[in-house]
Amino acid sequence: METPTKLPPSSPSSPTTGFSVPSAEKVDGFPRRSMRRARQRRSHSSSQFRYQSSQVELTPLPLLKDAPVAELHDLFCKKLQQCCVLFDFLDCVADLKGKEIKRAALNELVESVATSRGVLIEPLYPEAIKMISVNIFRTLPPSENPEFDPEEDEPALEASWPHLQLVYEFFLRFLESPDFQPSLAKRYVDQKFVLQLLELFDSEDPREREYLKTILHRVYGKLLGLRAYIRKQINNIFLRFIYETERFNGVAELLEILGSIINGFALPLKSEHKQFLVRVLIPLHTAKSLSIFHAQLAYCVVQFMEKDATVTEHIIRGLLRYWPKTCTQKEVMFLGEIEEILDVIEPSQFIRVQEPLFKQIAACISSPHFQVAERALYFWNNEYILSLIEENCQVILPLVFGTLYRVSKEHWNQTIISLIYNVLKTFMEMNSKLFDDLTSSYKLLLHNNVDLITK
Amino acid sequence: MAGAEGDDSLYPIAVLIDELRNEDVQLRLNSIKKLSTIALALGVERTRTELLPFLTDTIYDEDEVLLALAEQLGSFTVLVGGPEFVHCLLPPLESLATVEETVVRDKAVESLRKISQEHSPVDLEVHFVPLVKRLASGDWFTSRTSACGLFGVCYPRVSSTVKAEIRQHFRTLCSDDTPMVRRAASSKLGEFAKVLELDYVKSDIIPLFTALASDEQDSVRLLAVEAGVSIAALLPQEDLEDLVMPTLRQAAEDKSWRVRYMVADKFSELQKAVGPEITKNDLVPAFQNLLKDCEAEVRTAAANKVKVFCESLPEDSRETIIMTHILPCVKELVSDTNQHVKSALASVIMGLSTILGKDNTVEHLLPLFLVQLKDEYPEVRLNIISNLDCVNEVIGIRQLSQSLLPAIVELAEDAKWRVRLAIIEYMPLLAGQLGVEFFDEKLNSLCMAWLIDHVYAIREAATCNLMKLVEKFGAEWAQNTIVPKVLGMANDSNYLHRMTTLFCINALSEVCGQEITTKHMLPVVLKMSTDQVANVRFNVARCLQKIGPVLDSSALQAEVKPVLEKLATDQDMDVKYFALEAISVLALA
Repeated sequence: METPTKLPPSSPSSPTTGFSVPSAEKVDGFPRRSMRRARQRRSHSSSQFRYQSSQVELTPLPLLKDAPVAELHDLFCKKLQQCCVLFDFLDCVADLKGKEIKRAALNELVESVATSRGVLIEPLYPEAIKMISVNIFRTLPPSENPEFDPEEDEPALEASWPHLQLVYEFFLRFLESPDFQPSLAKRYVDQKFVLQLLELFDSEDPREREYLKTILHRVYGKLLGLRAYIRKQINNIFLRFIYETERFNGVAELLEILGSIINGFALPLKSEHKQFLVRVLIPLHTAKSLSIFHAQLAYCVVQFMEKDATVTEHIIRGLLRYWPKTCTQKEVMFLGEIEEILDVIEPSQFIRVQEPLFKQIAACISSPHFQVAERALYFWNNEYILSLIEENCQVILPLVFGTLYRVSKEHWNQTIISLIYNVLKTFMEMNSKLFDDLTSSYKLLLHNNVDLITK
Repeated sequence: MAGAEGDDSLYPIAVLIDELRNEDVQLRLNSIKKLSTIALALGVERTRTELLPFLTDTIYDEDEVLLALAEQLGSFTVLVGGPEFVHCLLPPLESLATVEETVVRDKAVESLRKISQEHSPVDLEVHFVPLVKRLASGDWFTSRTSACGLFGVCYPRVSSTVKAEIRQHFRTLCSDDTPMVRRAASSKLGEFAKVLELDYVKSDIIPLFTALASDEQDSVRLLAVEAGVSIAALLPQEDLEDLVMPTLRQAAEDKSWRVRYMVADKFSELQKAVGPEITKNDLVPAFQNLLKDCEAEVRTAAANKVKVFCESLPEDSRETIIMTHILPCVKELVSDTNQHVKSALASVIMGLSTILGKDNTVEHLLPLFLVQLKDEYPEVRLNIISNLDCVNEVIGIRQLSQSLLPAIVELAEDAKWRVRLAIIEYMPLLAGQLGVEFFDEKLNSLCMAWLIDHVYAIREAATCNLMKLVEKFGAEWAQNTIVPKVLGMANDSNYLHRMTTLFCINALSEVCGQEITTKHMLPVVLKMSTDQVANVRFNVARCLQKIGPVLDSSALQAEVKPVLEKLATDQDMDVKYFALEAISVLALA
């Protein structure tokens, strides 16, 4: 039988799934929290099995494709009910027969929803949603590694994935089916359902989050009545992540969805949306795990600017407020985001933020970490930014001149020095009069300082 | 601010404003930390009329600065003129209580709670309560979250009309539509219940508790568990069954492991709050379930409570309950698949022997101890060994010694130095319980072997261990058993081992006393002063400085002084330095 198990289409900046070797034995041969052995033994986890005390024996039903049309819906319904039985996947040899029957049934359901028309009739909606709920809604198990670092550690994979994947696939096909009627679905896919769906985004399993992302996006697209609620709950998840727990595995996925939602906001922006930008998206930059979702976050921020240029000042001042003080890796990310922002900034908005912005850029140029300095100096390779700088040379050059001059004499890294020379050369060509004035006044200042010290 | 130029008294505030606007966070922070000095210089009147408005209006700063400010204001009452004027501090604290950053907000609430006590009852109603109400009905969740922590402190001191309003506000926040506020309310529910009149606890708090404990978010439900414990402690016994038990039972079986974990974690408090009858009927089965939970986290939390739970069972039925209900679960946990569960159990299981007495311990617990002593995880074995004293009191340690020895030996040779370090730390305790004979026969060689471990931390711990052993077994024992071996290492070809001799002498000289030190140790130290390795030589100087006070003055003058003087002319500068230092400390110059 052919099964359409194609993964959902992945969107613009799909997160990398290349996981590095655990850094367990790095320090002194003593694994962190001596957890490793336990992890090796059980790299899968699942909280799912607990809620079913008496196990039901499954018997195979006739194939859907062989069923006479009159009995099709009834059989479909029976298969949905059969798929509500849960299996213990931590014990991989338990009830193999039952697992196979359910797998086959799920495959059939997926295929049927995806290919045949007229299957999805009203009485099937509650049964389908019930089957989905029973299978996917569960309290996620505790992370096996209390210091789980998404960048360093292997994620714990969901043990029941062989079934779970098909249930997600079914849900997705169900939502995407041409027969799908939002007006019928909204009675079952309600606020409580969506809330539980959102909680699953904390799953450590990237495959599950990928499905959830696509599914939530479809729900948002088709069930208009839930939109505000979904946005509000995502807000709450983010606020909790920022200010309470600092842990939530699905931030990148939720931001990816928001990236496309922001695109569709009506103009002028509602205050709810502006508040989301200022009070949620900008503070998200403070998270320790920023690198996991920075690409998606920056995309959202830029989307906002493209939608409404008047938020530019809020964004830039916000980023400057949260500018990393000790983490150079994050500083490089911030600079990257600033460049993305400057790429689409309106010249009138640029003027409003240029002073504080270029003070920060000057500070970055004098960073002893060469990657930070380098990233900042690359701004001068960007045509559009260069044109903005040129227009405002009178303001910007005095702000950065001292730093450029000093760092060109002092920096330990040759690449930085040659980049600075290029920048100085550019400035000299832009406005040689101003450049000469600044050079002489800087030299005078330097001279006076030396005098002061030697006196 | 006030433009009175040429007024010298304005100078401090000018400095403050200057520094508050400085670009360097550290300077702004310093200036906030000096706030009390500045207020003192300004006097109470101007602090009230100028400084506080300035702080309220112009502060938009780094969270770190705001945190310092929130803390300072909590102890500002005297500086604004005492309790009479304490309400002047409310405006800046009110805006700090709405800040996004949790630590700042929490600190502001802490300061508000502190100064609430300094308000007179009238001021409390005129100034403080309105602030709480404003926060409670704020637009953004941060202010409502902060409000949750303030109801409890003003409730006992206001009129009954205001009390009713406060209860109403708290009720509203318990059903707030953001989970952040419901979490805050849930975490303050117990505290609030404590200040309420019993009738209102029953009529107001119970429904709120029931609602929060079945919230759609597990983060809210788990906080309600703790509140449930506080509430149960407030209610008379006859109301418990109807009012809180259904909810607590449901929490112990919640579908989220976090909530069940919380129940397990608070189990002793819960047991205390509900009393013996409910414990027997409800908590025992609940505890059994928690010990058998499907999540290791929950089992670990429950296993940690085994001893305390058993200890606090009503005496008349304690033994029966333990033997028939708890012990079977404990037996299963001994071979749990999760190391943290076993390790938690190992840290308390020995405590059961005092409760169950000698016969039960020998028959039922001893086999479990023995299994755990052979556990594959060192932490489990260590936890058993570290609690041997409990068993010792009941059955004597001899019963265990046969199994103990292999366990100790294995830990002593564990590949991980932290494990070796941990077992060394228990050696003095073991030595005390096993007695000198057993020790000499079986463990002494281990203690000596650690002295030549390749990890410094182990050698260091081993020297310290020797000192403690001598404290236990006496100087004579030291002279016969360990001193010869330690001194023998002075001729080792490895300079690290030779240095270990010196470190041991540093540790042992005082407990061994003057005679052994002078007669046996000193000659060895002096001889080592000609060692070819400079590190050994300067450690000789340090060692002499250390043991000098134990020696008598003739030995010092006749033997130590010449050697130190010679070392003081050594060609190595470190040796010289330490020799000169020793000469000056021992006053031999």
